[in-house]
Amino acid sequence: MLRFILRRILLILPVLIGMTIIMFVIARVLPGDPVGLAAGPNATRAEIEALAREFGLDQPLWVQYWTYLSGLVQGDFGTSLFSRRPVATDLAAYLPATLELVFSALLLAILVGIPAGLMAAVWRNKWPDYLSNILSVAAISMPRFFLGLLLQLCFAMWLMWLPLGGRFPIIFDPPPGVTGFYTIDSIIAGDWDSFWTALRYLALPAIAMSLSPLATILRMMRASTIEVMHQDYVTTARALGLSPRLIVFKYVLRNAISSSLTVIGLYFGWLLGGTVLVETVFDWPGIGLYATSAIVSQDFMPVVSVALVIGVLFVTANIVIDVLYGLINPKVRYQ
Amino acid sequence: MTALLDIRDLHLSMHSFEGAAKVLSGVSLSVEKRQIWGLVGETGCGKSLTGLSVSRLVRTPPAEYTGGQILLDGTDVLGLSEPQMRALRGRRVGMIFQDPTTNLNPAFRIGTQLMDVALAAAKHDPAILGLQPGAGRRARKQAARKLAIAMLTEVGIPAAESRLDDYPHQFSGGMRQRVLIAMALIGRPDLLIADEPTTALDVSVQAQILTLLKQMVAAHDMGVVLITHNLGVVAQTCTHVAVMYAGTIVEKGPIEAVLADPAHPYTQALLRAIPDRSVKRGQLQGLAGAVPNLIHPPPGCRFAPRCALARPSCLEGPPPVHTRAPDHAVACPVVKEVQNA
Amino acid sequence: MTDVPQDSRRSARAEASRRAFYRFRQSRLSMVGATMVAVVVFFTLFGNLLAPYPEHVRGGLNTAERFQAPSLAHPFGTNELGQDVLSLVMAGTPVSVAAGFAVVLIGTVLGVVVGALAGFNGGWIDDVLMRFSDLMLTIPSLILAMAVAAALGPGFVNMIIAIALSWWPGYARLVRGEVLQAREEVYVAAARAIGASPARVLFRHILPNIVSPIIVKMSLDMGFAILTVAALGFIGIGVRPPTPEWGTLLSIARNYMPDFWWTAVFPGMAMFLAVFGFNLLGDGLRDVLDPRARR
Repeated sequence: MLRFILRRILLILPVLIGMTIIMFVIARVLPGDPVGLAAGPNATRAEIEALAREFGLDQPLWVQYWTYLSGLVQGDFGTSLFSRRPVATDLAAYLPATLELVFSALLLAILVGIPAGLMAAVWRNKWPDYLSNILSVAAISMPRFFLGLLLQLCFAMWLMWLPLGGRFPIIFDPPPGVTGFYTIDSIIAGDWDSFWTALRYLALPAIAMSLSPLATILRMMRASTIEVMHQDYVTTARALGLSPRLIVFKYVLRNAISSSLTVIGLYFGWLLGGTVLVETVFDWPGIGLYATSAIVSQDFMPVVSVALVIGVLFVTANIVIDVLYGLINPKVRYQ
Repeated sequence: MTALLDIRDLHLSMHSFEGAAKVLSGVSLSVEKRQIWGLVGETGCGKSLTGLSVSRLVRTPPAEYTGGQILLDGTDVLGLSEPQMRALRGRRVGMIFQDPTTNLNPAFRIGTQLMDVALAAAKHDPAILGLQPGAGRRARKQAARKLAIAMLTEVGIPAAESRLDDYPHQFSGGMRQRVLIAMALIGRPDLLIADEPTTALDVSVQAQILTLLKQMVAAHDMGVVLITHNLGVVAQTCTHVAVMYAGTIVEKGPIEAVLADPAHPYTQALLRAIPDRSVKRGQLQGLAGAVPNLIHPPPGCRFAPRCALARPSCLEGPPPVHTRAPDHAVACPVVKEVQNA
Repeated sequence: MTDVPQDSRRSARAEASRRAFYRFRQSRLSMVGATMVAVVVFFTLFGNLLAPYPEHVRGGLNTAERFQAPSLAHPFGTNELGQDVLSLVMAGTPVSVAAGFAVVLIGTVLGVVVGALAGFNGGWIDDVLMRFSDLMLTIPSLILAMAVAAALGPGFVNMIIAIALSWWPGYARLVRGEVLQAREEVYVAAARAIGASPARVLFRHILPNIVSPIIVKMSLDMGFAILTVAALGFIGIGVRPPTPEWGTLLSIARNYMPDFWWTAVFPGMAMFLAVFGFNLLGDGLRDVLDPRARR
């Protein structure tokens, strides 16, 4: 088990190197004038060249790459052309916000999607199944940013139940940072007012993000439940007098979840990549918003770093999923 | 005296895209305690559906019972509600299926699976666990665990207590089938339906499992329906045999009588198709033709189109059943005439 | 004599497609999806012609009629420039659908080439190509597309290229898997045995047999491609105004909520319904064409 995890972690390295190379090539080979943009419209030629020299952009590509890579090993993600701040500092500030949002959305999707999928399978070809089928296709078809706008329109602007955007009121101090997740930090601090506030800010973006994975998990869960219900061991369980409730909620559930797990792992990466949109709609101060502003100004280091971080998280999530899969599936565990 | 299991003139149709197939047309079979009935026939003849019908495990729809009764100790199971049926499954009727690798849930310890069956059976008959009614959850679990260990030991699993926490994939095929037998018998059923219990096993293991089944019948005073396509298995294990063809029983009776004096042309053909040492090269005979279409079955004897002895009258109406020897019944008038002549 | 098997094969194929069509028609949702897609295609072809205020589509404004609520004259209301939102939404259809289709098509062609090369050759070619596509799958596709689009600069074609670049690996993996499987089939071995060239084997015997899963994936991907196009527009690095692109319309309309909600809601609904139609159709096609995925 441990060896399996270690080997998977080692396998991340070539992925990381590959990702940095691809992003580097895209950023440098494609046309675009990041330095000119950063220096401003009135910059002289000499100023632009000075800026380029300062950031090492006058060096050949492979030298730049090598500099970046050796910095990376020491935790240095480079420097933003615009803010001139180290990217690592910005990432540390923005990443917890994104993770809190993604985890909440995923949790919501799992908590609703798995039972709903199970129920759809149990009521297969009855109206709850048809309804959940239509709703889940609709949910997958719903653009997240449009859903976010609709939620804002209804719950923040018309009903005024929830805040429009942001992560915490500017006039208050967020809870003391331990995990960087405001909800968890406020629980740790025992500050229930802050917890409630953080939750209210989190609600709409988390719902907007979770709808599509929720629908996919539901469909996956439905399909795998139906498949499991046709397995011989379910017939045996029925033939030996086990109650339908026990069969579905104990025997079928565990087998069906293990096949849905893989999808959840894939969705974690998809969610991370997709936070860009929801964070833009809700002004959520995460890495997606950070990447967007960097991309628009062709500020290269933040973009590579965000892609890298998301890639690492994605690969890590899949390792975690594999481990969980082994825990649920005893057969895999021993191989 | 009522029989343990009495299937009377059972008719079952299966609805499909093409139409309704009459998969069982008038199956009658009566099983007493301590009898082991072999139900033989080729794939698709309805033998498994007959077995599943006893526990009402055939999905309706697409299936539909169009006539007959299945009496279990005098009660017609076709008239029972699903909860009433559940009280019978596992408790009164145990079942074993073909493939021991797919019939145990891979994600749960075998102990859990055994105990759940025991607890479900105990819901209807607390005496199974040796407890008074109203015993606590904890006591029931403990008793179920003890019973599971006892049952595993009984079916010949060494070090049963330590193996209770193992997963199915940690057992060999034969051992898994033993576990499944233990699971089928843990609710102390009177009737065991074993659907091809040895087909997926190695030949050497097959014999062990069949011996175990015979021991269990003697020890627990059960009746058994052993569904198989293998006449060798029947000869080795059963006290009685019923031969099925295309949804009907064509011949049934005590094993010695049927094997010594196979009367129906189909039974004879089946026996001729078994290779044994006395058969010389080239003498092994197959059976020409194919099973009839069950959506529009021929009106007369269903075997007639493939039968060497068939005559025009065979195609007209269902063949009358006549008794050849005590308890030995054959659904073929021609054999009788040939014999009498 | 040789006619006989050919005839029976043809009729078997006809029978199979009759059955597939029957199943497709039995599924009410697929029919709804097909109808919706037909409507979308109709507006793709004629949206520009049918727009009630074609001058607004070309960028003309009417400042006297800014932010009119939905009415008979302007069923979807007017926007901050006094343009008719219905006209913009209608004229936006070809932009989104064409871009989405181009993305899927380019992605498919690239993916089929890569996947077929990898699966058919095996060995180190397979290793290199597949490691590369795995890598591309690890990079968050939206961020990759955004980065490329930003570097290339705004524009319809640039946006399509940017998205298509991150679109092909899924197809490459699908095609490679299918090719690997098909390579083991008896009919392929037979074709090789009678001396067919590798190219002939690939194009005549393998690819025709994996068309179904590719079509299914394409139809399911159409919706997502349209969504991605709109997402880039929404972020502000896709097509620029005055080209009426749904995502761009939405991102501008955001600033005028909640009072002038119609400027956002109608383009958003158009986007949603178009994607919904393609997804329903794709689901139906998958059930019909890809029996292995059916449950």
